[in-house]
Amino acid sequence: MQINSTTTQLRFNDIIGSWKARWGINRMNYKVDPGVYSVGAPDKESPVLVTANYKLTFDSLRKELKGLDVWILVIDTKGINVWCAAGKGTFDTEEIVGRIGKMGLAEIVSHRIIVLPQLGAPGVSAHELTKRTGFRVIYGPVRAKDIKEFLRAGMKATTEMREVRFGFVDRLVLTPMELVGSIKTSVAIFAVMFLLNLIAAKPFGVVDLYAFVGTVIAGSVITPILLPWIPGRAFAWKGWLMGMIWVVTVIILNGWPISATFGTIRGIGYLLALPAVSAFIAMNFTGSSTYTSPTGVLKEMKFALPLMVISAGAGIIALLISLFI
Amino acid sequence: MTHRYLKNVVSLELDKDKCTGCGKCTEVCPHNVFIIENGLAEIIDRDRCMECGACANNCPFEAVTVEPGVGCAAAIIKGWLTGSEPSCDCSGGDSSSCC
Repeated sequence: MQINSTTTQLRFNDIIGSWKARWGINRMNYKVDPGVYSVGAPDKESPVLVTANYKLTFDSLRKELKGLDVWILVIDTKGINVWCAAGKGTFDTEEIVGRIGKMGLAEIVSHRIIVLPQLGAPGVSAHELTKRTGFRVIYGPVRAKDIKEFLRAGMKATTEMREVRFGFVDRLVLTPMELVGSIKTSVAIFAVMFLLNLIAAKPFGVVDLYAFVGTVIAGSVITPILLPWIPGRAFAWKGWLMGMIWVVTVIILNGWPISATFGTIRGIGYLLALPAVSAFIAMNFTGSSTYTSPTGVLKEMKFALPLMVISAGAGIIALLISLFI
Repeated sequence: MTHRYLKNVVSLELDKDKCTGCGKCTEVCPHNVFIIENGLAEIIDRDRCMECGACANNCPFEAVTVEPGVGCAAAIIKGWLTGSEPSCDCSGGDSSSCC
């Protein structure tokens, strides 16, 4: 059976590749081949670590294995990270059972233990996997950087290693994708604004442009970054609040209501439409967060979506009116 | 700073009659919702649960139940529009995606 060897050193290309993936460039095709990889000089007694075939995942695991002799079993998750793959069913019992058989893992090692990433657990049934393969499953830590300590402690993870966090940096690295995700819709909106300008008596200008761009940033960058510090719990609310603060700032900067560079009606349009937009963008960040339950998201949506539609609808009407009077 | 999501919403249930205190749920839960106390599992903070389903899938005694799913608004909207179950499938094929 073919075994590939790999290193614990990331090269320049790996770093460029991860940067591109974070910005959504070729992100869905950033994969390594499934199979067995050796790190260092593993033998029949060496631990087996299972991971996904998303290259960002594979790289973040192997760079933490300096000085260790271990096997990595990469399963085919279609280039998706462990947690998302477990959620959508590509990191599952079936795939691991199949891969263990196909690679002849029972011949490569003499022990019968595999270490699965803890975040794979939503997709896997450990007892069923053991029943079908004879391999006992031990769930490793959430973060690859704890692997060494976990192995040193005799494959025991501390409570701390078991907990998912969503710290400042974790949120920050996600914001480029949030921003990229809003670009297509934003361009469409700019196109509509441009077309309206052709017939408007008081066309949209620079203020309208940065008011809108700032709103998108409030929802897709500022809300994720400030997430735990923004009061309240629902994401839509947090996004609405950030958008509202931005809109009020824009309005004050332009001298409203006393000597507005734009009229009162347009100001009202902003107040109604823009926070609804940032609320919607922020609500969609629930999917990138690590702690929202589907029941909770549904509850939030049932409350927030109708309000967003009404508020945005009324705001758009006010903005349209403001173009002509 | 810890994150707190909505209160009293999750579908997580623990049947103590079936529990043997093996501790698998404490091993897989990413939010430390369970502890083992007096030889049995105990839910210490329900509101931290994100309904990922790891505990229910890995409990050998079917003592834990939860309706698992993706806590993602975009996925839920897509599910409404296409009439399918919400899933993380926004990444399939499409270049823009969520998780």
